[in-house]
Amino acid sequence: MKVRHKGPAPYLFLAPYLLLTAVFFIVPFVNAITLAFYETNGPRSRAFVGLDNFRFLLHDTNFHTALINTTLFALVSVLVQLPLAMGLALLLNSGGSRIRGVFRLMFYSPNLVGQVLVGILFSVLFTPRYGLITRGTDALLRWGIEARWLTDPPLIMPAIVLSSLWLWVGFNMIYFLAALQTVDKSLEEAARIDGASPWQVFWHVTLPSMRHVVVFVVIMSVIGSYQLFELPITLLSESNGFGAKNAGLTLITYLNYYGFRSGDLGLGSAVGWVVAVIIFTISLIQIRVGKLAED
Amino acid sequence: MSFRLHVLHYVLLGLAAVYVALRFVDRGQSRRYARWTIVAIGALLVLSPFAWLVAGVFKTREALNEYVFFPPLSKWSETMTLDNFRELFEGRPSIRGPVYFWEYFLNSTVVATVITTVQILFCSMGGYALAKYEFRGKVALTLFMLGSMMIPSALLLAPLYKMIVDLGLVDSLAGVIVPLMVSAYGIFLFRQACITVPGEMLDAARLDGCSELGIYFRVVMPLVRPMAAAFCLVAFLANWNAFFAPNIFLHSDDKLTVPVVLNLLLGVYRQKQGVFLAGTALAMIPPAVLFFFLQREFISGLTSGAVKG
Repeated sequence: MKVRHKGPAPYLFLAPYLLLTAVFFIVPFVNAITLAFYETNGPRSRAFVGLDNFRFLLHDTNFHTALINTTLFALVSVLVQLPLAMGLALLLNSGGSRIRGVFRLMFYSPNLVGQVLVGILFSVLFTPRYGLITRGTDALLRWGIEARWLTDPPLIMPAIVLSSLWLWVGFNMIYFLAALQTVDKSLEEAARIDGASPWQVFWHVTLPSMRHVVVFVVIMSVIGSYQLFELPITLLSESNGFGAKNAGLTLITYLNYYGFRSGDLGLGSAVGWVVAVIIFTISLIQIRVGKLAED
Repeated sequence: MSFRLHVLHYVLLGLAAVYVALRFVDRGQSRRYARWTIVAIGALLVLSPFAWLVAGVFKTREALNEYVFFPPLSKWSETMTLDNFRELFEGRPSIRGPVYFWEYFLNSTVVATVITTVQILFCSMGGYALAKYEFRGKVALTLFMLGSMMIPSALLLAPLYKMIVDLGLVDSLAGVIVPLMVSAYGIFLFRQACITVPGEMLDAARLDGCSELGIYFRVVMPLVRPMAAAFCLVAFLANWNAFFAPNIFLHSDDKLTVPVVLNLLLGVYRQKQGVFLAGTALAMIPPAVLFFFLQREFISGLTSGAVKG
């Protein structure tokens, strides 16, 4: 029931949000539109160049690499990280609540660390011969003690993915676990009695009844993946986050380098717009697909 | 090398034998054992970097490479040391005299605490208004707020940087704090929490002569305390660990925050990894302490926004 209240109260409650958003969101947002059409040198000097920034991006091979790398990372995030998170959530879901709580805490703990610290920590864990990961892969799989995770181009993306898995699997697991708890147990039971296999029960009963959360988590993961920056910049700090042969170059690393380090904020804005359009389009498609799945 | 491999094979063989044996005894039982074995192995993998870090920060440079985790107790006198911390805490020269690591810690604490406190206040007020009042433009405002969450912050950073320079806030903690005093995500979370507050309760308070501000402070805030606790952690984590904006907005050696300075140390101490690892370990403590106190509210609060839809 809504309260029938007349008066300025809601506007006053919202005033700080409205004021701060107007100044620090809407104004920069509008400026970002115009800025993309300028070539700038630091924050003070600028010259109108029309669509040249976008034309430059269209032909810049570094930008292409960044776009491909980032898209690849987003795909892997959704296809590897989310199934892993879902698997963990399913494994934990049936346990007693205390043991579930303990493990949930353990799997979540990397999230307290933050991306920069994870990057710093993993940059040492990946050290050839001495790092925990190179030693671990060697002890378990007899492979990798000499692997140059952070300098060998084909291994750079997998190294970034591995660090991101450590960071995000537990995080997404929390959402899936919470959603699993709300799934109607009697529906699953009914399907089981009708002779459905565990896999069928999951695919046809459990997953559809938690689709809201799944769509939410997929969208958040894609949005996060396209903004990948802190992990590569710290893991690959020797090459400004680019990695050998640009193997670890992402869109935001590109934006950071050309926009802020080289001082062309206009080009940075143009890259920002490309990222924004990609995120917006993919999110809309996912919401659509989520809606279609409901019918 | 081969010794370790053998151990692993025996462990795997043993596990397989246990599994087969249990399978003959009780199918459900063996499933449960297999399930918790997988979970436990996963947990070990997830926790091992922490164990490695805790051991690593106390080891000398040579011991860091020699032993994976802790060296045997008998060798502690020559392998374990506090030098990493000593070197971390030493003053680093800058134009304004030596800067100490605790100053960065203080900067980060100020930034994260101020942003978190102000965000909790502003976001709960906004979320309450969106959840419990009817007013013109409410639907449009809600849609705008949700849409704004999809805009990547990197897009706004360039014009925001220009603005911070124009306002004279560049290279000051205020420049990092002020643009982040409100968060659309926070408003959304508090809106979800306030929707569950019964309207009758607010009406009753109104009949008793309580002002609108009084209702917010005395009726609504106590009821959404779990969400406030959850959001407190989310906001603190995000801002304690923030890197992109502080890295651009702050320049002077004595103004930097912990993640920015650790990223710099990464380059300085390439040969003495123990030093920046010590800093990394210290930087993990404040979020961990906060998490310890707020964890119960945190999990339920974080997920409620998504699960309720």
